[in-house]
Amino acid sequence: MSGTKLRIALLWLLVPVSAIVLAFAVSSIALLAIGADPVAAFSSMASYGMKPSSLVSTINRAVPLFVAGLAVAIGFKMNLFNIGVEGQYRLATLFAAAAGAAVTLPAPLHIVFIMLVGMVTGAAWASIAAILKVKRGVHEVVSTIMLNSIATGLGAYLLSNHLRKPAVGSELLIATPPIPKSGWLPALAVIGGEELRSFLLIAVVLGIAVYMLIWRTRFGYDLRASGINPDAARASGVDPDRMVMRTMLISGGIAGLIGMSDLFGFFHAYTLDLPTGLGFEGIAVALVGLNHPVGVAIAALLFGWLDRASQILDLEGIPKEVITITKGVTILSVVIAYEVVKRLVQAQQIKAAAEATRELEVQEEAVAA
Amino acid sequence: MSWGTTDTSALEAAQSAGRVNIRRILLLVGWAIILLSAVRWVTAEPELTSSNTSGAALRLAVPILLAALGGIYSERTGVANIGLEGMMILGTWFGAWGGWQYGAWWGVGLGVAGGAAGALVHAVATVNFGVNQIVSGVAINILAAGVARFLSVVAFTGAGGGATQSPQVTSQLPRLTVPVLAGGELFGWQSPDALGWLERQHWFLLSDVGALFRGFMVDLSILTLISLLLVPATWFFLWRTRLGLRMRSGGENPWAAESLGVRVYTVKYIGVLISGALAGLAGAFLVLEAAGIYREGQTGGRGFIGLAAMIFGNWRPSGALAAAGLFGYTDALNLRSAQAVHALLLFVAVALVALGSWYLYKRRIFGGVLSLLLGGLTFVWFTVSDTVPRQFVFITPYVATLLVLAVASQQLRMPTYDGVTFRKGSQIS
Repeated sequence: MSGTKLRIALLWLLVPVSAIVLAFAVSSIALLAIGADPVAAFSSMASYGMKPSSLVSTINRAVPLFVAGLAVAIGFKMNLFNIGVEGQYRLATLFAAAAGAAVTLPAPLHIVFIMLVGMVTGAAWASIAAILKVKRGVHEVVSTIMLNSIATGLGAYLLSNHLRKPAVGSELLIATPPIPKSGWLPALAVIGGEELRSFLLIAVVLGIAVYMLIWRTRFGYDLRASGINPDAARASGVDPDRMVMRTMLISGGIAGLIGMSDLFGFFHAYTLDLPTGLGFEGIAVALVGLNHPVGVAIAALLFGWLDRASQILDLEGIPKEVITITKGVTILSVVIAYEVVKRLVQAQQIKAAAEATRELEVQEEAVAA
Repeated sequence: MSWGTTDTSALEAAQSAGRVNIRRILLLVGWAIILLSAVRWVTAEPELTSSNTSGAALRLAVPILLAALGGIYSERTGVANIGLEGMMILGTWFGAWGGWQYGAWWGVGLGVAGGAAGALVHAVATVNFGVNQIVSGVAINILAAGVARFLSVVAFTGAGGGATQSPQVTSQLPRLTVPVLAGGELFGWQSPDALGWLERQHWFLLSDVGALFRGFMVDLSILTLISLLLVPATWFFLWRTRLGLRMRSGGENPWAAESLGVRVYTVKYIGVLISGALAGLAGAFLVLEAAGIYREGQTGGRGFIGLAAMIFGNWRPSGALAAAGLFGYTDALNLRSAQAVHALLLFVAVALVALGSWYLYKRRIFGGVLSLLLGGLTFVWFTVSDTVPRQFVFITPYVATLLVLAVASQQLRMPTYDGVTFRKGSQIS
């Protein structure tokens, strides 16, 4: 048996390894096609990316991606496709920033308040899709895609008409009023001129909490069961509607925290410069991380590192956009490799089960004789 | 080939429940035009029904229509295609590059090929490897945006473009204006503009209908014409040919189809590839007809609006055309006149109240009450405000689709096994 287990573990290891090999192979081909030297490109990325300041920047970039990946992964775990993380986090960040600027509270409470507003907004926006699915049978992929666009329009309207900081003089900045200092998070450390943002700690706690929720609670068990076999889960007493509602609310609530690292650590207001598209990148990170918090963390760090390390390429006259291909190929090859390995693993398990049954039969015959 | 008859009748019977009757659509469009004329007359807002508006609406509807038709081809064979947006992005890039390098028709061809290339990836991942169709679609959207960005840097930088845009595409496709009715030239003779004259009279209904049709006849792009012809062509191909029936059987019940000898993987491939080609054509249209240039983010979610139009139109070409027309019209009004958008509120209010009364008469309490409530609110909004924020018009297609899904989802019928992974030789799941 242990031989089979080892073989299965090695098979699963094939997924990330083959994806990364394939991604770098395709990127190298793209670089060769434009006459650049892939070895030089990747080695300069490696040396620049390993500098302490680059590593800090990598972590800072990875934290929002990690949170986004968690929000997506928890839905994916029960085959609930929350494509709407993008809209949920953008509305949540806007509301949290506006609410945070409007109140005066002592420092720790202020942080908690802003996070709560974000989580409630994200969950509320996600609940529209959940209600439509449960009550009206609307597929969540369709409704969340629509809700993303609605969130974009609604957010733009609210920002420019209601939540915008009154213009001072000829200043044309479109942003919410700044959050007072009590709503800022100080840097954990400053390394090589880069500030390590302390939201990292909250993200780590969040990751552990999500792990505990999915793998150590009754709810998580039901969630995974619904994902693997919804009919069996329903037969064993899991209410699918309640699972959809709860999972969607949790996913939306986590999505509400995606923008917090940037908000607390750098921008301190909702501006048009805040990074967008994190919700979609979160889907990518969740897919590459195979919906496990540890995997999501690794994937987020990988993507964050690629973003940072590629900055050096422009100085060498190589388009840094090549990493967008690296990322895209990584995502596709992970999902394809996952399907292939899943089938291989199932074949292994069937073989092992057949062998075990045969042994049992032999033993029974021996006893009978 | 003896399996035709029984299977066809079973399929058709299963679908008659969700059929969009073409006569019903025409009737609805007719009532909408009458109501719109009345609103135009009451609010004295000529842009509501001007030929400029209807022309712009048509131009804005074409990419949405093409994406929706693409969605129909793919989903009718049972493959959900969230990747339409990414395939359209590839269409814009290759359309621009082809148009800039070799001329407009090459742009069209390469745009179509680019979209189909994205679809090929989707087909390999979902059909051969059984990857979840939503997952693959999302991955393709991300990959396509990355590929377009990379290629732009490589091909356009230093040639009058850059990382986010192409050089101007100067080569253009032929356009035509219909003679006599809309004042086009006929062998060098400047013909009269009969509908233009009618439009300037501002008669109730007559002028409005004239203007509507004139908008469709002035400066008509050949690609627009092709796109419109694709609507009946799609209907004929999918519902009146043997291959079309087989393709739909892949979406209705691939296991039954397989047992009857249909090569399910092949028909799914065909559906997905056509889907990507049409999304690519939509992208090429955006570049060659709408903007004359490639810009990053140019698709602006039109792949997703196309998906909405497909659902709105109940996975049928005629319905998709009606939905695309509706979305294109709101876009066009938004571009042309803020007052006209405000006047449109009155139209929406009256239409919602009429719909709500109809629902109540039919004992559909939820839809009826919701429609009446929204109609009342819209009327209040119309009376207390002077303008509608632009962002609200932007979100109209999405809100409309959500409302339709929420109210009328029982009347919609998607292909039974749309979005379900099918493995060759597997049992029904």
